[in-house]
Amino acid sequence: MKHLATTAALFASLLLIASCSSKPETLPEQAPQQQSTADTAPADDANATTDAAGPSGELLSKRIVYFDFDRADIRADSQTVVAAHARYLAANPTQKVRLEGHADERGSREYNIGLGERRGQAVRRALLLQGVAEVQLSTVSYGEERPAAAGSDEQTYALNRRVEIIYIR
Amino acid sequence: MPHKIERMKKLAAFLLLATFGCANPVFAQLKLTITQGVTDPIPIAVVPFARAVPADGGVDVAAIVQRDLESSGRFKGMARTDMLTTPTTSAEVDIAGWKQQRNDYVVVGRLTALANGDVAIDAELVNVLTGQRLLGQKWTVQPRNLRNGAHRVADAIYEKILGVRGAFATRIAYVSVDGKPPAQRYQLIVADADGENPRIILNSQQPLMSPAWSADGDWLAYVSFERRVSAVYVQQVRTGQRRMVSARAGINGAPAWSPDGKKLALTLSGSNGNLDVYLLDLTTQQLTRLTDDAGIDTEAVFTADGSAIYFTSDRSGNPQVYRLGLGANERPRRVTFTGSYNARPRISPDGKQLAVLTLDEGAYRIGVQDIATGTMQILSKGRQDESPSFAPNGAMVILAGRERGQGVLQTISIDGQTSFRLNADAGEVREPVWGPFLP
Repeated sequence: MKHLATTAALFASLLLIASCSSKPETLPEQAPQQQSTADTAPADDANATTDAAGPSGELLSKRIVYFDFDRADIRADSQTVVAAHARYLAANPTQKVRLEGHADERGSREYNIGLGERRGQAVRRALLLQGVAEVQLSTVSYGEERPAAAGSDEQTYALNRRVEIIYIR
Repeated sequence: MPHKIERMKKLAAFLLLATFGCANPVFAQLKLTITQGVTDPIPIAVVPFARAVPADGGVDVAAIVQRDLESSGRFKGMARTDMLTTPTTSAEVDIAGWKQQRNDYVVVGRLTALANGDVAIDAELVNVLTGQRLLGQKWTVQPRNLRNGAHRVADAIYEKILGVRGAFATRIAYVSVDGKPPAQRYQLIVADADGENPRIILNSQQPLMSPAWSADGDWLAYVSFERRVSAVYVQQVRTGQRRMVSARAGINGAPAWSPDGKKLALTLSGSNGNLDVYLLDLTTQQLTRLTDDAGIDTEAVFTADGSAIYFTSDRSGNPQVYRLGLGANERPRRVTFTGSYNARPRISPDGKQLAVLTLDEGAYRIGVQDIATGTMQILSKGRQDESPSFAPNGAMVILAGRERGQGVLQTISIDGQTSFRLNADAGEVREPVWGPFLP
């Protein structure tokens, strides 16, 4: 019962938040009749693709490939990491990974979506060339929308220009 | 058990009741600061309007009018404490007295409660140099729309004096982001052009980006990652009703409405990762490819007559803006040549200017290019400015900049002379888009 009461209180607070969102002087012809939320979408589950899953080991525990400014080619220092994942995935054909491409915050947002995609595709192509099957790979680009680190300096930018290899359970 | 349920109901009822009492929204509220005005702003006295108590709900119409006019950077309002009289009709205006206090114009007005519950706003504009009454107009609004009524008064005064339609009674949409990466919350918000009256259109724990207004101001298109991949949605602002219109494999991005509201230009990559611009017919769902190039083609925007699009492409090796006529057998034509980075084009309402994100001396700034001559003028002064969007009267551009690591909104007049800033009290705000004139 206590749980129910808590749930009710939580629900009511949610209503409170929702109704507080529009001020009383809102124009009737402009006020949303309902507030939309994207959070209830079934696919929107932050735990759906946790990278806690997947193989361990010195190279395989490295799941991030970094890139130079405005570039999408895999640097020499990342080739061995990508190769290790390729070997593992080729040996485990039921294992799927998601390649999340990212850009640093400079420049236009939609263009950066393109840059993130280019990086994700570069890693995808490298994996395909090394024997991974297409069905094991999916890509998504977040552009500059999901930075790994906050800040406006070269060090931060370098951390944000990346592809994350995410093992799907 | 029943008594516990009863208690629960009471608790819920209490919390529900509490919702009606809350005055402040729980998200970032924008605060307008005038950062730069013209050197000789026009002196104007906006005298407090005669109130309609209690119908006006305490809304200070004259204060809103004065703030609007000052936010344009073209006007300097007289301080109320300096006003010797407070006339509410033009007949009561002591022309010589106001002139002696160095005003060029005086605005007077009064609110009247009507029998049907509406409030009438009567406003008059007097030129104290000539003694001429330039404007006498009445607006009838519901009490809750008094702010909007005040913006319409400011629009009329602005137009009467400057000869350009005011854009104070318009809206902006923007994205608000809260929290430290990677745990961030995103909101799509619609507010009045002065940042007031904000309303949440969408909440998400995944990125929201690229809002775009339909030409009639009824709909917003945007990109949401709520399914953990990008998808394009259209949403009716008034009802909140929304619809996913593109969730194809790969990228679904950069939506732009055709002027008739029937089509969307958008960016798709397919599974091979090659970004190109497509045209989606919202009625038939028919998809037409507009560009076909191995580079990144994105950020399309229609010309006002819908006969062409401008878009960003890095087919030349770095991002530049191209124009593509939508007639038969037309080819993209490059239009930006100043510097190594020009992206996110937006066309002025008169079709004569192109606002772009440009790399200027190592800084990302907003430039405005004259389409006929190709001359680029740098408008903003930040290091990481982005997302330019024209006001519907073409007089101002709203853009996003960074201040102490936080995203803030800023408007700059097209001649670069005046600007104001919209700071959020919490979190950061980005991707402002200025909506059209409202009927």
